[in-house]
Amino acid sequence: MLPRQFAFRGSVLFGDRLVDDDRLRIEPFPRPIRSLPPRGVGDMVARLMQSAIDMAPARLPAAGMKKRRPTSWITLVAALISLVALLPLAFIVWVAIQTGWDTVVALIFRPRVGELLVNTVLLVIVAVPIATLLSVALAWLTERSDLPGNRLWSWLSVAPLAIPAFVHSYAWISIMPGLHGLWAGVLVSVIAYFPFLYLPIAAALRRLDPALEDAAAALGLGPWRVFARVVLPQLRLAICGGSLLVGLHLLSEYGLYVFIRFDTFTTAIVDQFQSTFNGPAANMLAAVLVACCLFLLALEVIVRGEERYARVGSGAARKQQRARLGRATLPCLLLPAGVALLSLGVPFVTVSRWLLAGGADVWRWDEIGLALGQTLLLAIAGAVLATIAAMPMAWISIRAPGRLQRLLESCNYIVGALPGVVIALALVTITVRVALPLYQTLFTILFGYALMFLPRALVSLRASIAQAPVELERAASSLGRAPVKALWSTTIRLSAPGAAAGMAMVALGITNELTATQMLAPNGTRTLAMAFWSYSGEIDYASAAPYALIMVAMSLPMTWWLYVQSKRMAGR
Amino acid sequence: MSFLELSGVAKNYGPVAALAGVDLQVESGSRTAIVGPSGCGKTTLLRLIAGFEAPDRGRIALDGKVLANGGAAVPAHRRGIGVVAQDGALFPHLSIADNIGFGIARNADRRAEHIVELAYIVGLDKAILKRRPHELSGGQQQRVALARAMAMKPRLMLLDEPFSALDTGLRASMRKAVAELLEEAGITTILVTHDQAEALSFASQVAVMRDGLFSQVGTPRELYFQPRDRMVAEFLGDAIIVPARIAEGFAVSRLGRIAVDTKERRDVARIMLRPEQVVLKRTSREGMSGTPDMLFGEVTDCEFAGSICTVAVRLLNSPDPPDAAAIGNTPLILRRTGMDAPAVGEIVRLTVTGKAHVFA
Repeated sequence: MLPRQFAFRGSVLFGDRLVDDDRLRIEPFPRPIRSLPPRGVGDMVARLMQSAIDMAPARLPAAGMKKRRPTSWITLVAALISLVALLPLAFIVWVAIQTGWDTVVALIFRPRVGELLVNTVLLVIVAVPIATLLSVALAWLTERSDLPGNRLWSWLSVAPLAIPAFVHSYAWISIMPGLHGLWAGVLVSVIAYFPFLYLPIAAALRRLDPALEDAAAALGLGPWRVFARVVLPQLRLAICGGSLLVGLHLLSEYGLYVFIRFDTFTTAIVDQFQSTFNGPAANMLAAVLVACCLFLLALEVIVRGEERYARVGSGAARKQQRARLGRATLPCLLLPAGVALLSLGVPFVTVSRWLLAGGADVWRWDEIGLALGQTLLLAIAGAVLATIAAMPMAWISIRAPGRLQRLLESCNYIVGALPGVVIALALVTITVRVALPLYQTLFTILFGYALMFLPRALVSLRASIAQAPVELERAASSLGRAPVKALWSTTIRLSAPGAAAGMAMVALGITNELTATQMLAPNGTRTLAMAFWSYSGEIDYASAAPYALIMVAMSLPMTWWLYVQSKRMAGR
Repeated sequence: MSFLELSGVAKNYGPVAALAGVDLQVESGSRTAIVGPSGCGKTTLLRLIAGFEAPDRGRIALDGKVLANGGAAVPAHRRGIGVVAQDGALFPHLSIADNIGFGIARNADRRAEHIVELAYIVGLDKAILKRRPHELSGGQQQRVALARAMAMKPRLMLLDEPFSALDTGLRASMRKAVAELLEEAGITTILVTHDQAEALSFASQVAVMRDGLFSQVGTPRELYFQPRDRMVAEFLGDAIIVPARIAEGFAVSRLGRIAVDTKERRDVARIMLRPEQVVLKRTSREGMSGTPDMLFGEVTDCEFAGSICTVAVRLLNSPDPPDAAAIGNTPLILRRTGMDAPAVGEIVRLTVTGKAHVFA
């Protein structure tokens, strides 16, 4: 089950550094050099186009920001948090050393690992290109053609995000119980994750300057060649960012592949963990998985390149024209309709069918209430913790940007890109070996959530801190407030909306998280996702249905918000 | 038969008529400027000629070949018309060399040499070719856009406010350079701009546009000195417009007796003078006496702005104002060189040079 349905939306969607002035790729208006760029929460999808880590030195030094007193201790706290965030990575290295070279080689170079590697690699290299093609086609139809109802289709192309991936898989397996293997994995993965590609591609298409296409046409290029030589290259960043996001999800997904009996590293690690606890075999599988993630991150950085895709020149771009589909309208409608049917219709029909079949009996309110209460408690506590942990980092990234800050930030993002199962495994091992009293406590699970979801909180916070001008802090200081009080009464108060948005995204991630929760939660914990998983594990699909419905209902508002943000960002 | 012919070209956007039936003839090798306030439809007209959009009605023909006729249109990529957009519209993902060579087939002979040659023609350094568009200044970007459009040897070049993004000094020199360049290459050019000085200095034919129609088309001198109506007159520069009675080639107004450019006789008319036609000469109150034919005024305001100064003059002895009550004694706004800016309160003698223009 996709423990982390929204997990990487944090690290990449929101997740990347906040928009370097000269590297922001898709930029509607020229921005002043000196002042801080306006960084709305709406920049999110733009950031999706960048990637999780970005170490390139490119930021202009923010003018007029000398190191002031609070900086030093805030930097210290931020550095400390980043170091703690590196724990899972350190754990992998430490375990490898502890296990000894020979054992490591024996555990990694064996047929089982090769098999898993082939499965995982095939899954990624088949599913990601299909999802990309599908997303480009859908984005073009909804953004650049006169397809009837294009707003509706656009929303329906984002809406599958509200359904946790394991619920997608559950829906398909109920309809086609025999579904299994690579192609089943590809089918469900594409359906569950293509919106991560659709969102940035659609946003990029919307923001393309039509003058470029006009210029190419005036230079003698027909429509298809204009698309290939001008439009497609401009979508490169969106495609790179989205592909990375989908790829990382495929690596970390668990529930989806268990349903359709397709083995990946993540499912194998969980199996291994269940049979031998935190033995070296599981840990070494985790090491290979981490290597795969790092490989994807690096690949994305290389493919993305250093090119600039911002609009050159000044002034607002004129409005784009939509292509006339004419007689092709009907066949073109089949694509979004078909996708909506597969990605929304199938889960909807299945869940409704199970709910109808189960009748009132499946609504065991005491049990559901308990699960809901526990889920909310974990989600809210985790969100608060992640946001508090993100605050120092967010503050220095705006007020005192520099080399150190970039380094610290990328630590957070790399860890945010790791599968939940790896983080959970690390925390289990560390607590068991070093601090047993902390094993399976509320503290540990919240700590795990904070590691996993910190990037999400970070990006929202940073965006709103950027909108609180430093002058206000200075004015408060000059009116006699001590530095911390000045900070509290200006910047922190003003960044409250961003903090709230970040908390909501973190809370949503925790609500739909499964793997780490199962491994880390105190005994007796039963969240919505866990209840869903255990019922469907007993093939009691009807009893699982209410939980699926509640999770979807809780995810829908955030998905809608994402959709609206991505529209607003393009100025519509 | 002109090189480019537009007849009755109209385009609506929903209920808004962007173009309401425009006719225009452009001679081969000439330079035409289309000038008008923003939103008058000039950019729409350019986009129709370029083929980015199709007109709803009307006909566009280039060199005898019909490009658009009542809804049916040849697409932009088959027209061979060069376009330079306001901000250059350079492809941000390509180097300067690839931008310039975009329209040249990739396996064409001597492609690289051709690119260098084009860069040289528009005055770009060879070293710049490896750079990216965002590393260039605004003026350089415009030059690249021009070289890119010239690479396909267009018969017609459309310039869509290409200089408006540049700063004032650069704008004038770029304008001159581009005009000479296109002249030498023998490319017919249409410039769209909202800057009247740019239009007048650039083109051999100027079309003033308003609300989707041409108010007047003619040479720059015609338009400036003989505008058809008040709107054209005031759009192209400052104008002094006064009521007058016209007879025997002279107009009698509160500015005295002034030669006009018509022979007809009219009791009620309006004449127009350009402020620079009114010459000021310093004098004193004593100098006014005993010279009834001459026109005197008092300087009521003087705004110094370096090379020029703006002077407000209230007439002291306005002979025979036809409807003085209606006009009142509003001061004339004139311009002089900053060198001899008069002081407020000084008495000046006004004389008019050249002929006044009578509005139809």
